[in-house]
Amino acid sequence: MSDMRTPLAKVRGLGSAKDGTTHFWRQRVTAVANVFLISFFVILVIALQGADYASFTEALQNPFISILLLLVILVGCLHMKLGMQVIIEDYIHSEGLKLLLLMGNIFFASIIALSSVVAVLKISFGG
Amino acid sequence: MANADLKANRPLSPHLQIYKPIVTMVMSILHRITGAALYFGTILMAFWLVSAAAGPESYQFAMDVFGSFLGRLVLFGFTWALVHHMIGGLRHFIWDMGHGFDLPTANWMARATIVGSVSLTVILWIIGFIVA
Repeated sequence: MSDMRTPLAKVRGLGSAKDGTTHFWRQRVTAVANVFLISFFVILVIALQGADYASFTEALQNPFISILLLLVILVGCLHMKLGMQVIIEDYIHSEGLKLLLLMGNIFFASIIALSSVVAVLKISFGG
Repeated sequence: MANADLKANRPLSPHLQIYKPIVTMVMSILHRITGAALYFGTILMAFWLVSAAAGPESYQFAMDVFGSFLGRLVLFGFTWALVHHMIGGLRHFIWDMGHGFDLPTANWMARATIVGSVSLTVILWIIGFIVA
C-alpha cells in the first residue's frame, strides 16, 4: 500500500496527535533533571529530619537550598503530570471520564506545585 | 468504523493474568505503580512545606505526623518508591540510547533494579538514623 501521508506531514513529523515527540521529550528532559534534583531532595530531607522550626526556616533561607527546592517542586510536578497523563490515556477508555481525569491531573499537579512553591518562597523570604 | 459494534462478543487476546510473571514484566509494572504512588505522595511534600510556612505550631504538628510509627512507615515506602522509580528511569535511559535490549542484559538490569532499590533504601535509612 502506498503511503497516504503528504510530504508536508512527513517533514513536520507531528503524527496524528499533532504533538510529535513533545511529550516523550519533556518526560525525558524532566527525568534527567530529576536524577540530580531528587538526589538533592533526599539528602535535604535526611539532613532536615526532626529539625526544629528555627533551623528548618534557617535552612530554607539559604538561597541555594530554596532555589534547588523550587526546581525539585517544579520539575517534579511537570514530570508527574506527564506520567499520570499516560496512565490515564492507557486505562480510561470512556471519553467523558478520560477528559475529566486529564483535567483533574492538570489541576492536581498545579495545586501541589503552586502551594509548595508559595510555601518555600514565604519561608525563604523570611516568613 | 463509526458504526462498528463495539459490544460484540469477539475473542479477546490473553491479558496480564494469563502470563507467568517474569522479572522484566514485574519491574515494568512496579515502575508505573511507584510512579503513581509518588504522584499522590507529593501531597506529603506539600503538607510538609505548607505546614512550615503556616508557622511553628503547624510545623510541629507535621513533624509529629511524620515522626509517628505510621508516618515513618509511609516515609520508608516513599523512599523506596522514589529510589526504585529513579533506578528504573536510569534503565530507561540505557534503552533510550539503544542499548540493553538483549534478554540476558534486560533480565540482569531488572534484577539489579529491585536489589539496588531495596538496598539503597535501607542504606539511606541507616544513614538517616546515624545522623539523627
